[in-house]
Amino acid sequence: MSTTVAGVSLRGQKLPSWAPIGCAVLAALLTLAIFAVSSVSGHAEFGVLLVSLFIVIQTAASFFVEGRRQAKNRLFTTFVYGAFLAAMVPLVFILETVVSKGIGGISGGFLSHSMFLIDPSGKGGGAYHAIVGTLEQGLIAGLIAAPLGILAAIYLVEYGRRAPFARVISFFVDIMVGVPSIVAGLFVYALWILVLGFQKSGFAGSLALFIIMMPLVIRSTEEMLRLVPAELREASYALGIPKWKTILRIVLPSAIGGIVTGVMLGLARIMGETAPLLLLVGGNSKINFNPFSFGSTPNPQMSLPTYINEQFGIATGNPDAPAFHRAWAAALTLIVIVMLLNGVARLIAHLTRARA
Amino acid sequence: MPDLETATAVATPPDKAPSSITGPAVRPGDRVFRGTAIAAGSLVLLVMAGIAGFLIYKAIPALDKDTTNFFTTQVWQPDAVKPTFGIAALLMHTMITGLLAMTLAVPISIGIALFINFYAHRRLASGLGYIVDLLAAVPSIVYGLFGITILAPHLHGLVDWLSKYFGWTGFLHYRPDNIPNSHSDLTGGIVLAIMILPIISSLSREVFRQVPRDQIEASLALGATRWEMIRTAVLPYGRSGVVSASILGLGRALGETLAVAYILSSTTDLNFHITETGGITFASNIANKYNEASPLGINALIASGLCLFVITLVVNLVAQSIVRRKAGEA
Repeated sequence: MSTTVAGVSLRGQKLPSWAPIGCAVLAALLTLAIFAVSSVSGHAEFGVLLVSLFIVIQTAASFFVEGRRQAKNRLFTTFVYGAFLAAMVPLVFILETVVSKGIGGISGGFLSHSMFLIDPSGKGGGAYHAIVGTLEQGLIAGLIAAPLGILAAIYLVEYGRRAPFARVISFFVDIMVGVPSIVAGLFVYALWILVLGFQKSGFAGSLALFIIMMPLVIRSTEEMLRLVPAELREASYALGIPKWKTILRIVLPSAIGGIVTGVMLGLARIMGETAPLLLLVGGNSKINFNPFSFGSTPNPQMSLPTYINEQFGIATGNPDAPAFHRAWAAALTLIVIVMLLNGVARLIAHLTRARA
Repeated sequence: MPDLETATAVATPPDKAPSSITGPAVRPGDRVFRGTAIAAGSLVLLVMAGIAGFLIYKAIPALDKDTTNFFTTQVWQPDAVKPTFGIAALLMHTMITGLLAMTLAVPISIGIALFINFYAHRRLASGLGYIVDLLAAVPSIVYGLFGITILAPHLHGLVDWLSKYFGWTGFLHYRPDNIPNSHSDLTGGIVLAIMILPIISSLSREVFRQVPRDQIEASLALGATRWEMIRTAVLPYGRSGVVSASILGLGRALGETLAVAYILSSTTDLNFHITETGGITFASNIANKYNEASPLGINALIASGLCLFVITLVVNLVAQSIVRRKAGEA
């Protein structure tokens, strides 16, 4: 750039728009040439050599034609594109794997039968009992976490503004978001099963899921309540409407779309949780509609994550075992449920945003 | 009964002036509603205190009976005649896999977030953002299933390659007497990285999206290249948000259970050879042992869970202090 003399050209020289592709081709040719003449071989070596040559060639070309700043810019662009590719490949690969391996196992029978009286190492059976368990445990956790979380958020936004107690709660909500699910599970195990002496049950799992879900609901609801304009509240107060009625009839309805979205995203998150359910719910090959069976006789519930874990254990790494196919089919079912919840949540967010 | 007093005050006939004209009247409904909201908020404190309290309460019997130092012992044998167990190996491998996941995931996540916000075509970007958000919702057990059945077998080549060319670093060295099955810290770290990638990048994307438009445009108008714009306008603004997103990701990685339990081979060795078979973490140890544990074994696992809780607590406190300091500056 410094060599450009004013008056000759106000714009610096630029590499043509096909330069990256040109550099890539050049790097590929060079790599092939090196492979042909030397003893280097292997896929990984090819990739590493190709990428490093590409970076060197492009940076050098850019440096001599466009100058240092553009060369840096191109280097960083390469990094950003590279990072994106490096991440999308495994992530898309995972989805592709689950769909291709799971789709074969999904059938009407799989979705409507349990594993009761089925030889676990043989064919047949299904995940109906696990689907029932996942939905029930998730919904119970949601039914406790959603109202309590929304109320706590109402306290933080509407009542506790800047009060020290609200700050403390807000601080601990952030900490609670980071509590590992297995620690939540151990806590419920210590309290519910060891101290109170109840049996493993779906409800015990719901309690742990509630601990994971509540801070998520509080955070998302808080954000939504803060978006409600203060004018709405003031107009309501000016009409002599009490604060609680203002919150219930004015503030909540105008934020309800976002709040529901947050609750659905929280549900999607907890329905995929495995570790606390392993500790607290146990497994059952029978259909059990009753998550509250924590009395004296153990009557646990299955859930999709624990079902995947169980079937994967039965298969013992043999990719042709029927249990292995059931594990993948259950994984696909679980992903579909979670994605559906996500999709509905986003749809609600989209619709309510469009109206506002 | 203060509630009744206010109730009568509100119910006074309209010929008298309202009891107060300086603020909204406090009515019984308000008291009830406010009380309920405060109770719900206090539940957060109650649960957090409960977690700490009950874990400590149930961990004490185990720590009492432990015949060795809980913090420096490698092995986990709570059911031996002389109960011997400690968290040295758990702590080390939890840290190694967590840090490995961070080193791999953070730069790539930032790359994705920048790509979606500043490099990709607008229409493509919203679709990609949606995909990343969806991936953040994939249950962790699915990542575990994928990691052990698909990824681990494919990593043999990489492990050999790393050991061949980078064996001199020591920690990538693969000693010949080791069984080659990729049940290593490296595989665990890679699976965790894939798992936390969508979480970190989806949070970072939000942060970068809030960078003031005028600062970006001002920097471009002054002739900055895209990299210079990102370095001077985007990164300084988003730094604290990205740091807290990364630490949140680290918290997830440290506490992740089954994905890691499937992959690591549950040996309590202390070594830094991350490409070798081995590794065990707090969470994977709990997942592997809870089923056959004796009452003392359960208490011992709860003691290790308490350690994990304290570690994630510290990690989160660091993240909080970074975010709050930034908020104080602004």
